[in-house]
Amino acid sequence: MTELSKTITPAESTGTAFMRALKSFTLLKESPIAMVGAGLVAFWILVAIFAPLIAPFDPLAIIKPFAKIATVDAKSGVTMWLGGDNLGRDILSRIIWGSRTVLIYAPLATFTAYVVGIMMGLAAGYHRGWWDTILSRIGDIVLSFPVLILYIIVIATFGASGFNIVIAITFASAPGIMRIVRGLVLDLRNRDYVAAAQTRGESALYVMLVEILPNARGPLIVDACVRLGYVIITIGVLGFLGLGLPPPDPDWGGMINEGRKMAMIFPHMTIMPCIAISSLVLGFNLLADGLREISLRD
Amino acid sequence: MSNDANTQDTWEGPVLEIDGLCISYFVRSGEIPAVVDFSLTLAPGESVGLVGESGCGKSTVALAIMRYMGSNGGIVGGTVKFKGRDMAEMSEEELRQLRGSQIAMIYQEPMAALNPSVTIGKQLMEVPMIHKDALPAEARKLAIQMLADVHLPDPERVMDAYPHQISGGQQQRVVIAMALLGEPALLLLDEPTTALDVTVEAGIVELIAELSRKFNTSLLYISHNLGLMLEVCDRIGVMYSGEVVESGHIDSIFEWPKHPYTHGLFGCIPLPHADKNARPLVAIPGQLPLPHERPTGCNFGPRCNFFEEGVCNTAQIAMEAVDTDDDDAHQVRCKRWSDLDHEAVIPKGPEHAPVELGDFVLEIDSMQKYYEVHDTSVKAMFTGGSVKYVKANEELNFKAREGETVAIVGESGCGKSTFAKVLMGLETATDGNVRHAGKEIGGMAVKDRSPQQLGSLQMVFQNPNDTLNPSLTIGSQISRVIRKFGVESDPVKVRELVLKLLDTVKLPREFEWRKPRQLSGGQKQRVGIARAFAGNPSMVIADEPISALDVSVAAAVTELLMDIQRESKTTLLFISHDLSAVRYLADRVVVMYLGQIMERGTTDEVFSPPYHPYTEALLSAVPIADPSVNKRRIVLEGNLPSVMDPPKGCPFSTRCPRHLGEICDTRVPEVQFNADRHGIACHIDMNELRKVEPVITLKETAAAE
Repeated sequence: MTELSKTITPAESTGTAFMRALKSFTLLKESPIAMVGAGLVAFWILVAIFAPLIAPFDPLAIIKPFAKIATVDAKSGVTMWLGGDNLGRDILSRIIWGSRTVLIYAPLATFTAYVVGIMMGLAAGYHRGWWDTILSRIGDIVLSFPVLILYIIVIATFGASGFNIVIAITFASAPGIMRIVRGLVLDLRNRDYVAAAQTRGESALYVMLVEILPNARGPLIVDACVRLGYVIITIGVLGFLGLGLPPPDPDWGGMINEGRKMAMIFPHMTIMPCIAISSLVLGFNLLADGLREISLRD
Repeated sequence: MSNDANTQDTWEGPVLEIDGLCISYFVRSGEIPAVVDFSLTLAPGESVGLVGESGCGKSTVALAIMRYMGSNGGIVGGTVKFKGRDMAEMSEEELRQLRGSQIAMIYQEPMAALNPSVTIGKQLMEVPMIHKDALPAEARKLAIQMLADVHLPDPERVMDAYPHQISGGQQQRVVIAMALLGEPALLLLDEPTTALDVTVEAGIVELIAELSRKFNTSLLYISHNLGLMLEVCDRIGVMYSGEVVESGHIDSIFEWPKHPYTHGLFGCIPLPHADKNARPLVAIPGQLPLPHERPTGCNFGPRCNFFEEGVCNTAQIAMEAVDTDDDDAHQVRCKRWSDLDHEAVIPKGPEHAPVELGDFVLEIDSMQKYYEVHDTSVKAMFTGGSVKYVKANEELNFKAREGETVAIVGESGCGKSTFAKVLMGLETATDGNVRHAGKEIGGMAVKDRSPQQLGSLQMVFQNPNDTLNPSLTIGSQISRVIRKFGVESDPVKVRELVLKLLDTVKLPREFEWRKPRQLSGGQKQRVGIARAFAGNPSMVIADEPISALDVSVAAAVTELLMDIQRESKTTLLFISHDLSAVRYLADRVVVMYLGQIMERGTTDEVFSPPYHPYTEALLSAVPIADPSVNKRRIVLEGNLPSVMDPPKGCPFSTRCPRHLGEICDTRVPEVQFNADRHGIACHIDMNELRKVEPVITLKETAAAE
């Protein structure tokens, strides 16, 4: 990697990177869809960052079991806007704190899945032959497995923790990412600039990381946004199945699971975290749609 | 409606009248005028050409005639009359009736024009069934007849074939058949042969001319190739930056061009009398202006040597008739055409002394490159399977000296790119020897070569859009090469070298920080050349370096390559299908066909008799944009055989017009030598071959001058 940093002088890279970021932002403004998506995502990121400031209660504090929407807590005089759950904890505060879990583990899991998927895809697409056969077949086997069972096996074996959620999601998503990367690489490896790099004796790793990968970034960024949405759902599902973060930490999927049995009587216990998940996923999907639209336009 | 149809059938006036047509595209940043003040009249059976470089608006004209502009294009002025009726007044339904029946269009890429999942027969039968309400049986008969008319062998079989099962040339014939099935009065051809090999192109061009005579169809021919225009058109319009700058009868334009741009174009084309030392090409300075940055007055003004302040840049310039007796004969859009001395206008480049050749740098001896193809079908698994060989290169022999330019000529699939890959070490030779600078490299892959070896053998690639990594700046891409080959490692000195290389390829130094997408095709190709020469190579392989560029840009890049070569005494291996360019810049020529060398010798030896019959056909197929040249026409029949299953004897035996008999089909011919190092691989006796007339001769009048 030292080779990479040497190729680009620092002054130039910061200048263009800043200009590029500015340019993509102005482009983003032209797609209303992308703006709505970016707004939703930004909202949840801000909520997660400022959770201690905006949450009205401690998410673990027991206030009033089965409190209805907009019940006022007699002790502190603060309103429980979204009501309380079966143990009497404030739902709004739990959702606010729960956003931290999602927004830490979902990007982390997506990132690791991408690192693994990109490495596999580069190797399979660039070397082809045996590399391709073996990696693709491994990917096929993982993909042909029902994902839920896969998660249950992984989490049941290694135990429920944030780290293991990341491992489980990486394991299940990397093959899909590998397929996308592999397809892109199969096209890009035939470019003349790749041949030029090969004829000056560059190592395979250099060609893959410098000549090929940066030019595949467009479709990958769009896919990453969509995939981030799916990973958020997955983390919710894991929480719902009791495979997420161990209680009592607030976790959107876990909250839905807790409210499930009483959904007929106290629907707000499930509906509120559901809305939270959908709005964040919708945000990422709209952002991806907008990015795709922008990338197709020019 | 029936009334209109009658008047259209009996219409005897011009098929197409375009008057003052203006077309604009509407984009985010506003209106971009694509074509301004375009006028054209097309009589029945006449063929008119539109020639110009990319981005000059010639395809937009064709689309506007079809009224098929897409969502962001629009006609903002002028009229288009088809058989006397203004097309703007026609309803969408009427236009649909016209398209495909009265007006047909043929595009550049035949494969993209045919539906890959429908048989050719079905696609052809649709035309009479939709436009003439023909019954399927009738339509089938018409389609088969038309396939026979476009000279496709075995029309019945082609009817049941899918597009991918026939060759590119055959596909284009099918597209032409489809266009003609509606019996159109007007045929629009947008670069119809650009994607095809020259020998195939010659066949298609002849076919189009023959069919237009037969059906009395008017042709609007769009191409960048001036030589092709001379062969097919009666009249021609030269377009530059959205305007026709000169139009008139083909002979008039070619013999007495009046517009400085037309003069410039002719100066860029390697015509037979051009010579890299005595009469080098002269590129037009500057670049095509972007549509929204066009200057006031003459668009060509900023690039014109005869630009006069206050005359050329005041107001839009109108077309002026050169010959006052006949307005249509020759018109030019230039204020100063009558002041200019048109003999002196013809640009002339600086003369150069020929490069002195050194010792042999490259020696290729019986080199072979076979690819193994494994049969992986289920049947092969049971029968034990068989390994087939694709003989990409068979028995290559030739040598190149220091400072020499050796051209490898051949059509697609002749193995010239495979040969380049072996030289570069991207593939290894199956057998034989490849010696570069005295060292054997035929069996050496890239990873086994030393940095010096890699640096001394570099390549310039074909596609300018593909040759540079879009994610890295120009400077970092060149400096990487300098460091990689160990030329220089100190960052300051590396940067100095990068800037010096940018100077050498005549690019501004600021380009160091630019990304490839901010450069034009020609500029990218210059960077590609700078990169190839960064390691001080003793030999550079240029794989079709100019075939994707416009004529004026190609001329500049060619001259640049020649200049650098002269300076650094580099051996240049120029791989090309373009015989005009090869005649211009090569010292020696190697003609390849299906992986084998058919003929090799100095350029003069190869371009004059005795010829190999394939060289003869190739020479005849290349259009030459010079009316003073006479050319013998030889059109090859049939297709290039598959490399999987080449002919047993001479590879050219299946298409050879001088086919002797059985010996050609069964025995590979020996190389006969006409002179020292001029070899021809043919069974015909050398004395017979010497009697062959030259393909290209200068006309008497021109020769007398």
